[in-house]
Amino acid sequence: MEPLLKLSDFRVRYGAVEAVRGIDMEIGKGEIVALLGANGAGKSSTMNAVAGLVPVTQGRAMFDGRDITDLPPEAIPVSGLTLAPEGRRVFGTLTVEDNLRMGAYAVQDPDDVRRAQDRVFALFPILEERRKQWAGTLSGGQQQMLAIGRALMCAPRLLLLDEPSLGLAPRVVEQVFELIVTLRDQGVTICLVEQNVAGALDIADRAYMMRSGRIVGQGPAADMRDRSADSYLGAH
Amino acid sequence: MDLILQQSVNAVALGGTYALLALGLAMVFSIMGLINFAHGELMTIAGYVLMYCGLASVPFVLAVPLAILAAMAAAMAMERIAFRPVRNASGATMLVTSFAVAMILQVVFQNFISVRSQPVAIPDFLGQSVTLGGLVIGVNKIVAILATLVMLVTLELFMKRQKHGIAMRAAAEDFAVARLMGIRANTVISAAFALSGLLAGVAAVLWVSQRASVDPLMGFTPVLKAFIAAILGGLGSLRGAVAGGFLLGFIEVFLAAFLPADWQAFREPIGLSLVVLVLVVRPNGLIPAATLKAVKV
Repeated sequence: MEPLLKLSDFRVRYGAVEAVRGIDMEIGKGEIVALLGANGAGKSSTMNAVAGLVPVTQGRAMFDGRDITDLPPEAIPVSGLTLAPEGRRVFGTLTVEDNLRMGAYAVQDPDDVRRAQDRVFALFPILEERRKQWAGTLSGGQQQMLAIGRALMCAPRLLLLDEPSLGLAPRVVEQVFELIVTLRDQGVTICLVEQNVAGALDIADRAYMMRSGRIVGQGPAADMRDRSADSYLGAH
Repeated sequence: MDLILQQSVNAVALGGTYALLALGLAMVFSIMGLINFAHGELMTIAGYVLMYCGLASVPFVLAVPLAILAAMAAAMAMERIAFRPVRNASGATMLVTSFAVAMILQVVFQNFISVRSQPVAIPDFLGQSVTLGGLVIGVNKIVAILATLVMLVTLELFMKRQKHGIAMRAAAEDFAVARLMGIRANTVISAAFALSGLLAGVAAVLWVSQRASVDPLMGFTPVLKAFIAAILGGLGSLRGAVAGGFLLGFIEVFLAAFLPADWQAFREPIGLSLVVLVLVVRPNGLIPAATLKAVKV
């Protein structure tokens, strides 16, 4: 079957630094695929380039059979793909409700927007309680939920999650990982970027390990679990 | 007491005009990190449209919307032609570009219209005054205050309730993430310029109807004041710009009214010293912007 997202010889360069050095990656429909690696391995650069935030210097990104390599970020959510960026980056001076409304900016039908909001409130009842509150006043965990909720507002088929567990208390991290499984069960394909290797491998179907801009390991999550410790520490 | 009330009305009228201009500057700055010094030329353009409409005997009620529309169109054209190519350049590059746009327009006005100040036909009723509870208030002052109020309330509602207004606030806070939501960079920036043009156009009509003349450098002084007001309020903060505009209006009008005659020569430096004093106490302005550094596209 044709993968939902396919990166081939994917490269990203910032000036003289090549952050992503020609990677190949596939994500199948309904999978949770983890993209693992240490800080600076090129994981976020890969995600940002897929979403159009930074230019792809070489290679292609195909989403659902369509070439999205050179699309600007504003064209990406329309195609059914969305990125919840690293560091949550909710709009702190907007209310929770308005953050969600912005997540649905590309959605034309008001009924679809309402349905999406109902779904987000069902997943995160706390957001409904705080809907009139400024997003900047939420706790870190709540902001992460809002960031994911906001990304869900355009009903994506593929959700790219960049470090959703970053800076969260262990109990909240667990909630976020449980939520990712729930979303997959609802039919959303997930690409999960994580430094929390153990947590990510627990819920992922497959995983890729990145180091210095290259893929240095891949396979079913179960196999990766055994190898990951060595790979993560760079002992080979 | 009456004198204080009388001067307060003047201060609100003048401060309101500064507030509209400062708000336009802040709107563009909050979204793309550009301090648009050519903002004043938008005022001048609106002023000339009023002048030509007067010469062509176009009724004033038609001339006003035409002048405002001209300022909006000019603002959008400025963005498309001059600022879009340097959008990702440094703040300094954009600032110099805006100076260039301002100077080019000033020279165009000087060479193709006139170096000298031109009279603008203003309806008589604007020059009259009414007595309200013992105060004699110029109709143009009342119009200025009402127009400012209507503009500020409308914009507040737009930015708070309307999808596109909220999108502009989102883009001002985090441009990259706003684009991830599908908010188009070109649309938002163009809209910010259109709104800044609208505000400059309204301010120009108010400004010209107090003075009944227009000259090539007309926009320079009020926009310099508006820039000071925007800094006073907290650069990039919309509410701050409005607060700064009104405060500056009060400082200027009250110094002009109550400073002893021998001191009047130092009115401007005293006023600016007060501004500096406020900034010493509140370095980020009266109402600082939520995101001090504008995120580039």
